Amino acid sequence: MSNSVLFDAPGPRTMVRHRLYALATAVALLGLAWYVFDGFNDAGQFDFEKKWEVFTTPDYIRALLVDGLFKTLQMAFGAILGAVAFGVVFGIAKMSDHWWIRWPATVIVEFFRAVPVLLLMVFAWFTLGIKEDSSSFWAVVIALTLYNGAVLAEVLRAGINAVPKGQGEAAYAVGMRKTQVMSNILLPQGVKIMLPSLVSQCIVALKDTALGTLVLAPGLTKVGTQIYLEFNNRVPTMFVVATLYISVNMLLMLLANWLQKRYVGEKKLKVAHVGGGFATGAGGAGGAGGNV
Amino acid sequence: MEAVTENWDLFFRSFGYTVALFLIAAVLSMIFGTLLCALRVGPVAIMRAAATTYVTLVRNTPLVIVFAFFSFASPMFGLTFGFLDVHIGQFDFTEAFGAAVVSLTLYTSTFVCEALRSGINSVPLGQAEAARAVGLTFGGTMTQVVLPQAVRASVPPLASVQIAMLKNTSVAAAFGILEAVAQMRRFTNNFSSQRTEIFVCFALGYIVLVLLLSFAANRLERRWRVA
Repeated sequence: MSNSVLFDAPGPRTMVRHRLYALATAVALLGLAWYVFDGFNDAGQFDFEKKWEVFTTPDYIRALLVDGLFKTLQMAFGAILGAVAFGVVFGIAKMSDHWWIRWPATVIVEFFRAVPVLLLMVFAWFTLGIKEDSSSFWAVVIALTLYNGAVLAEVLRAGINAVPKGQGEAAYAVGMRKTQVMSNILLPQGVKIMLPSLVSQCIVALKDTALGTLVLAPGLTKVGTQIYLEFNNRVPTMFVVATLYISVNMLLMLLANWLQKRYVGEKKLKVAHVGGGFATGAGGAGGAGGNV
Repeated sequence: MEAVTENWDLFFRSFGYTVALFLIAAVLSMIFGTLLCALRVGPVAIMRAAATTYVTLVRNTPLVIVFAFFSFASPMFGLTFGFLDVHIGQFDFTEAFGAAVVSLTLYTSTFVCEALRSGINSVPLGQAEAARAVGLTFGGTMTQVVLPQAVRASVPPLASVQIAMLKNTSVAAAFGILEAVAQMRRFTNNFSSQRTEIFVCFALGYIVLVLLLSFAANRLERRWRVA
């Protein structure tokens, strides 16, 4: 339903009323912006020399981009690669004809979907040893792999279910085996449908890398902490880190939208929420529940 | 096992905080999310633009940063939650709790907005056209005709959003609230040899909560199913 269906084309009096609303909104937004700006300004947060100059210093830019953004992306994409493997294995296992494969796979997938990533992260961190240097990096990667893998398993199942039934039936009719039907017919088409959801899941993984602060993981949040501890500029650092996260996520969102338009169209994946039931949406970045 | 079995009171109190955070933020995010959604599909262009910008920005920000904003940045322009000082039984709801509720609400409401918008898109065109034809205004069309049907259609995605929010309450652990993950971390620190048992106990706690929520959502969905 497009927007315009919800209201009539405004007449002259409505037009005036809408202008008033627009004016009131603009004033309120500007007021809010001024209030926030003024507060930060009074607290000296816009003092370029003291608070912001560090972000124009090449060494610190390098630290932010290389030790920060790059490490964060490394964690996120490591996790997504692992998650794709996990998701393919468990997603297919969940659709197995043998109950002794299907049930354990279902339990594992539902378990990791129902448990907060942070809980997994803390547990992985303690298990790997909190004294080890690399343990927090791997704790983040492992936790994100398990969680996103479980979600992708469900997405994969939804993607394969979204392939028209006739495809599988035709493949069986020409004498293909179960494995051939899955790997030659269903998976390639299912993957195409789930591509936008996969990219949306990358956004989730990337955002969740920020949870690594709780386990002292490297990446943007750590570099940010080091910078604000040194220069006492917590708020500017927060804005810079948030901007970096938001820019990468927006790029991914554009990619997901493009993939949705290019390969999927209007079709929405039906991904069940934990414990059953079917959620519509989650298809593409415009999708609903999938990528919180 | 003793770490948890001898400290059931701490275990349940920590989940008490989780549930309290969840319930309050769930109600608030539903309300605020619906408002945002109305702004996003409404007739006033500037409101639409503002709501769209807000949703796009906040949706793509890590929740940790939203929390950090309300814990460290907002006090600079005078937005603090120091006035919050409620004590019920053994639970203390103070400054950190207020900041956590606001962060969770503002973050989750963007997803509520998107879920509702996908619900609105699934309402047949003729419904809104008919509503306009009988002379309802935008407000009337939304509250009387479109939203009631959209809410029914968006029960499953809204359930996903709220389940995710229940799990997201764990972020509050990093901001001074002794909810389940913070308590789990504390237990694991003190009894590191029992970390697996501790992890399983807390995971089961979350699973029970998620399943309850999921069960309720399924019931609602069946009851409200649009034919």
